[in-house]
Amino acid sequence: MTSPAAFVATAVQVVVVAAGAPLLVGLMRQVHARLAGRAGAGIGQPWRDLRKLLRRQPATPVDTGWPFRTAPLLLMGSSLVLAAVVPLLTTASPLDPAADLFAVVGLLALGTVTLALAALDTGTAFGGMGASREITILALVEPTILIAVFALSARVGSTNLAAIVTATLHDPLRVASPASLLAAAALVIVVVAETGRLPVDNPATHLELTMIHEAMVLEYAGTDLALVEWASSMRLTVLLGLLASLFLPWGIAGPGLAALPLALLVFVVKVAGLGIALSTVEVFIAKLRLFRVPELLAGSLVLALLAVASSFFLA
Amino acid sequence: MTDITYPLYLDLAAGLLLLSAIGVLWRRQLAAMINLFAVQGVALAAIVAIIGVHQHSLELALVAAGLGVLRAGVLPHLARRALGNSPAEARETRPVVNVAASLLAAAALTLLAYAVTRPLVALEPSPATAILPAAVTVVLIGFFTLVTRRRALAQVVGFLLLDNGITATAFLAAAGVPLIVELGVSFDLLLVALVLQVLTTRLRSAFGSTDLDELRELHD
Repeated sequence: MTSPAAFVATAVQVVVVAAGAPLLVGLMRQVHARLAGRAGAGIGQPWRDLRKLLRRQPATPVDTGWPFRTAPLLLMGSSLVLAAVVPLLTTASPLDPAADLFAVVGLLALGTVTLALAALDTGTAFGGMGASREITILALVEPTILIAVFALSARVGSTNLAAIVTATLHDPLRVASPASLLAAAALVIVVVAETGRLPVDNPATHLELTMIHEAMVLEYAGTDLALVEWASSMRLTVLLGLLASLFLPWGIAGPGLAALPLALLVFVVKVAGLGIALSTVEVFIAKLRLFRVPELLAGSLVLALLAVASSFFLA
Repeated sequence: MTDITYPLYLDLAAGLLLLSAIGVLWRRQLAAMINLFAVQGVALAAIVAIIGVHQHSLELALVAAGLGVLRAGVLPHLARRALGNSPAEARETRPVVNVAASLLAAAALTLLAYAVTRPLVALEPSPATAILPAAVTVVLIGFFTLVTRRRALAQVVGFLLLDNGITATAFLAAAGVPLIVELGVSFDLLLVALVLQVLTTRLRSAFGSTDLDELRELHD
């Protein structure tokens, strides 16, 4: 039933996400630098970093086992599958039966958990600390993602992402309903926490007391580090794209290739816009104390719960 | 405003009403609490105005304007004046129930309000009664703020939330109370806020703090 066109569209989607993710990170850093009064390294800098790292040999610390060595590959693999599954450019993916919310949340968690295991495997204090923090946040984030998307799926009657996006395209007023807005607010907080941005984690820091994500990848070098960095930026892109698809789904192509160039353009504009907005907000806020993070995430859980409740009592 | 967009606007205003109540529980800064209360005043006035436009009622539109001025303008202004500018008093440092637990309690209160108002909504299903649970939730959250916060001003905000919720419930369930009753209630509220402002100032000058838990014992 899946047409060749669907395969082409999905392949384009994966390539765009893989190639565009470092550019998105570069764009966000550039916006941040400009707003902070610095010249910035340019949008292409993450790509130059990746090229440099990919030429270097990976170094493995002594006494590390298979979790440390396989983690970059698993993380990259799960990110690539995510990029293929989530409806970013097209709703007619050949992987459509797998584009279930639970599968997507599971893939996200798989990447995070492999990285946490790798960090524990190194046996260093930083790695263990980073892993413990990351898992704490993960445990608070996962239920919120699930509940927030329940609010969206309750009206459609399906947890299939493509079905939710298509239903929103047919009924644009749905986006302005309280259930959808509350779910959007909850998901924004969750995406910020999941991708390790301010105020939960500072992506620019290497200070041991504050870092979460960076603490886990300290021991990686060369190709492995390149894969981890690349996969992380792809996860950021996919999550921002997912937000855009769920709440601003205009322009996403259906089956057929004709609408694909427009969908590509719209996708780039939406994700770049979200990225610029995120990094602009980041300039104005400070990192939250680690012990205050559960408060923020409890808030987003309540928002998600309210979204579900209102999708029932306003139905 | 068409019949299709009327429930939409009403739902959005109700969402804002609910969200600002949750925000009061979320934030520790008293100044932020007062700002959220002002936002809630706007949402309440918007609900009344939307119902007024839908029913082509000039009286409701006037009531909405009055509510907006009182609850988004005058009361927050009075609360800000009572706040003063001493940094030690600016935060709700240790509420009786901590913030994360308060938020979870707010979620439970929402579900409770939904369960309690179901028979009321079933009496006359309409876009206005459909958002009754949100108004009742605001009443419950206001009460919760009143009993779990220690600063006098946070409790005042809790009390005002409670009253916002009651007003919203009245307008949604019964399409408003007579104008004279609404005027009386609003005047009452203004007096309460004024009295509480004087009381807070006196408290601070007498004890150096507005932590009401310090008032358990008699002092000479």
